[in-house]
Amino acid sequence: MKTFKMGGVHPEENKISNDAAIQVVPVSAQMVVLMNQHLGAPATPVVQKGDKVKVGQLIGEAQTFMCANVHSPVSGTVLKIEPVKDAFGLLKPAVHITVEGDEWMDTIDRTPDIKRQCDLEPAAIVSKLKEMGIVGLGGATFPAHIKYSVPEGKKAEYLIINAAECEPYLTSDYRVMMEHAEEVCIGVSILRKALGVPNAYIGIESNKPQAIAKMQEMARQFEGIVIEPLKVKYPQGAEKQLINAVTGRKVPSGKLPIDVGCVVSNLGTAFAVYEAIQKNKPLIENILTVTGKKLPTQHNCLVRIGTTYNDIIKHTIGELPATTGKVISGGTMMGKAVVNLDAPTVKGNSSVLVMDGDEARRNPEMACIRCGKCMNACPMGLEPYLFSALVKAGRTEEVQQNNILDCIECGCCFFSCPANKPLTDEIRLGKNRVRAMMAAKK
Amino acid sequence: MTQQILIAVIVLGLIGAFFAVVLYFVAQKFKVVEDPLIDEVAEVLPGANCGGCGKAGCRAFAEACVAQGNMDGLRCAPGGEPVAAKIAELLGCAVMQGDPQVAVVRCNPSFCGDKRRANYDGLTSCSFAATVFVGESGCAFGCLGCGDCVAACQFDAIRMNPQTHTPEVDEAKCTACGACVKACPRRIIELRNKGRNNRRVFVSCVNKEKGAAARKTCENACIGCSKCEKVCPVSAITVADSLSYIDFTKCIACRKCVPECPTKAIRDVNFPTPAKKAEPKPTPEALGEPKTELKVEPVAVPQPEPAKA
Amino acid sequence: MNLLNISGSPHVHSDESTKKIMWRVNLALVPALLVAIAYFGLNALLVSLIAVASCVLFQWLIEKFILKVPTTVGDGSAVITGLLLAFNVPSTVDMMWIVVIGALVAMGIGKMAFGGLGKNPFNPALVGRVFLLISFPVQMTTWPVVDGIFPMNFDVATGATPLGAFKEGSLPGVTLMDAFLGHMGGSLGEVSALAILLGACYLLWKKIITWHIPVSFIGTALIFSAILWLVNPEQYMDPLMTIFTGGIMLGACFMATDMVTSPMSKSGQLIFGFGCGLLTIIIRNWGAYPEGVSFAILLMNSVTPLINRWCKPARFAN
Repeated sequence: MKTFKMGGVHPEENKISNDAAIQVVPVSAQMVVLMNQHLGAPATPVVQKGDKVKVGQLIGEAQTFMCANVHSPVSGTVLKIEPVKDAFGLLKPAVHITVEGDEWMDTIDRTPDIKRQCDLEPAAIVSKLKEMGIVGLGGATFPAHIKYSVPEGKKAEYLIINAAECEPYLTSDYRVMMEHAEEVCIGVSILRKALGVPNAYIGIESNKPQAIAKMQEMARQFEGIVIEPLKVKYPQGAEKQLINAVTGRKVPSGKLPIDVGCVVSNLGTAFAVYEAIQKNKPLIENILTVTGKKLPTQHNCLVRIGTTYNDIIKHTIGELPATTGKVISGGTMMGKAVVNLDAPTVKGNSSVLVMDGDEARRNPEMACIRCGKCMNACPMGLEPYLFSALVKAGRTEEVQQNNILDCIECGCCFFSCPANKPLTDEIRLGKNRVRAMMAAKK
Repeated sequence: MTQQILIAVIVLGLIGAFFAVVLYFVAQKFKVVEDPLIDEVAEVLPGANCGGCGKAGCRAFAEACVAQGNMDGLRCAPGGEPVAAKIAELLGCAVMQGDPQVAVVRCNPSFCGDKRRANYDGLTSCSFAATVFVGESGCAFGCLGCGDCVAACQFDAIRMNPQTHTPEVDEAKCTACGACVKACPRRIIELRNKGRNNRRVFVSCVNKEKGAAARKTCENACIGCSKCEKVCPVSAITVADSLSYIDFTKCIACRKCVPECPTKAIRDVNFPTPAKKAEPKPTPEALGEPKTELKVEPVAVPQPEPAKA
Repeated sequence: MNLLNISGSPHVHSDESTKKIMWRVNLALVPALLVAIAYFGLNALLVSLIAVASCVLFQWLIEKFILKVPTTVGDGSAVITGLLLAFNVPSTVDMMWIVVIGALVAMGIGKMAFGGLGKNPFNPALVGRVFLLISFPVQMTTWPVVDGIFPMNFDVATGATPLGAFKEGSLPGVTLMDAFLGHMGGSLGEVSALAILLGACYLLWKKIITWHIPVSFIGTALIFSAILWLVNPEQYMDPLMTIFTGGIMLGACFMATDMVTSPMSKSGQLIFGFGCGLLTIIIRNWGAYPEGVSFAILLMNSVTPLINRWCKPARFAN
């Protein structure tokens, strides 16, 4: 079975919400839609206070290159346009909407029929991705239309769909495969057409045998879709690692996947692409896993973007257990700890992961014994222990010379460190310093 | 026996002579010609290598001074005017004038242990914590409390108050080198003129949220109500983005604004009596430091000139 | 509700800890200790206990009164040093006080002077051992002769180790099987290759050590001594006998693999093991001492930072 060659760890999988079917979370009375839900500059609001909006209506327009459109997830009246604190407490520009009814844009096809045929030209597909505000749903929220506009002089040879779901706890991609296999395959076919590549490879880790079987069965009905079972190893879903696992190619330092002829998208993105291209439905919904070892019930749910964490918790598990120690948006390895539960969810959110007080605490840091576990775990072949020492000493130039910018921040080093050194934190700090130094030199 | 000693002496002597010759020629070949003035300037400098001048260290500062031939744009904050005068004398140029300054932390220590909104469990570094979340206080502009400024200070002049989780500046030790200003990712710390008799008035908040939101975040936040702006007789106060700022070059320390502030965000330090009209809370500086503080000569810093108005 | 914890990712940690690693190494040393007690009796047990107790005590005293830092004796690293120090001395009555001096040197100079666990450039147990070997040459080379299983008497007959005998020009006087099982004279813990290999297998299974250092160390020693033996079987020792006698097994599996003082990359570890093996055979055959494992490892410890600098791990896609 294929996997990437270097480093990696195997954290406890904890896919405890595997069997929970996707449920729909009701729309809240008031919604807040952030204007930067993607990598890059915030979208510019195109509605005014008091405007009536429908579900799927454009409310934030991408006016710069690295930007994505934002659509209203609900129908109602724009209450105000004012910054709001996001999940991490930082102020972000947002549109506040008071919900009235549930009136959708006429263009959106809300029938349950599955539409296989797509007659659009590749360029038309890409521009529709832009119009619909599709971004990568694997975590980085990279605007999809930029990724699928292959630059001059470069050629895509492989389309790789990341369904590895290598992060512990997360099961939303698994549920999408189980419940929407056909739509996913149509979405993949559309992306394949947009790129003009012969084959698309869907990488699925072998701890999801049912999903592999289901997808293999479905893929037979489609041309050029290959299901690639992968050995369970974190960070399989990281772009460079997945390319290495599926094709054996390696993206050189500082290069993009397209430089080795690969384009990688998340499985959730493929589903969103189907809905956008075939059903004219912009990206206004998220599929989230609500999970945690100490929760009474486990959930996978479909929520409108802009629903607050508190509302999701209220409609799924009722309330957080009293012993809750940490709430994470994303998986345990690369997810972010949430501080503000009144914050709205945004595109690319994949989970509300509730950790208990005991497991949420870090153990005290001890002395490095130079065991080299961080080095062996690093999937990029870097030396985290060295970065730690150099960052502490403020030797930013040496940090850069040791290729700190290759780090993908997967967290394998901290995970495997027996001395509990916050290696990933230190490396991030080092990367920030190196970037600041490079910006200052320019 | 004598012969053995003789052999040893001769052999070692020859080896020594050989290497002396080698060293001599190498020293000639790779001789570095350096202006002796650099050494003289470096001698005058405090030698703390604080980096406050923007150079890599005191030696680099001396090199820059000599290369330039004058002191335009070069300022050694720890050394202050006495050092500047000496360097000017060495270089034969005019002395740069400047008011003595001090680092001021513009965040109210209202955030005590029990008012925390979260528990930060990661790397003790403000610049890292700022990338992870808003901070334990919940204020997107305020102090993160991890002490990057404390680590940056070469003079032990800034300390974290364990109760309030905000830093406090020791005015006697602060040399206004600006290292803490650069270290703070939230740009809370500002260099301000020390003021007459060390008496200063400043807005101790950098929160740009709108009034109600700011107040929800912190009871001592500036809400941008502009009351201070209206009462200021010399137009030293401006309010922008719901945040008031006092221009220290214009402020006459009349303290009319202090009692006006509804959230006590404006602080006055080192005044002997509380400001009139209201009862501002006593500041740690006012309580803890004697009035004669200016006469105490700091260790690393030469006696400052009497403050000019 | 409690305050929410906030930190950067990752939010989970493997259940590895320094403490666990150290205590597992201690566990891996138990078979060799049991064999030592079986062959050398109560003396072996007492020397080991004294060495361990004094190492722990010295670390505690230094941390408490000199460095004034919170004590870390619970992490088990001092116990490893104590055990390894005991394993490297003969189990005689004299050793019961000499080993205390060794423990002081090991912990004081070998470890705590550099700042404690993780900062020492040399293996502390070997620092202590070499100090004793130079300071107490007679006591350190007076070897008890194995006489039956679990002898209860303290005053045992003494004799030469196989290596010592060979250096003097006589035959080692033990069979290969004796050497493998440990039925011969020698330092307390180094005699039984079998027990050491058992412990090493446990460490390999728990992924505390990798095969690189032991294999390259023993392999180099084996190949180098085989070449010498083929050149002149009269003058040089049988290669298998070479690796089963003396401290090669203990050194290769437990002391050269010390995480703190050995290189971190795989290629560096191979170089390190190669250097250890080569130096050991050179010292044994042409040096003044019959045994050279300690010196070989200490010498290679000193070049570990250089090896770390040269042998960077292979980068992804470069």
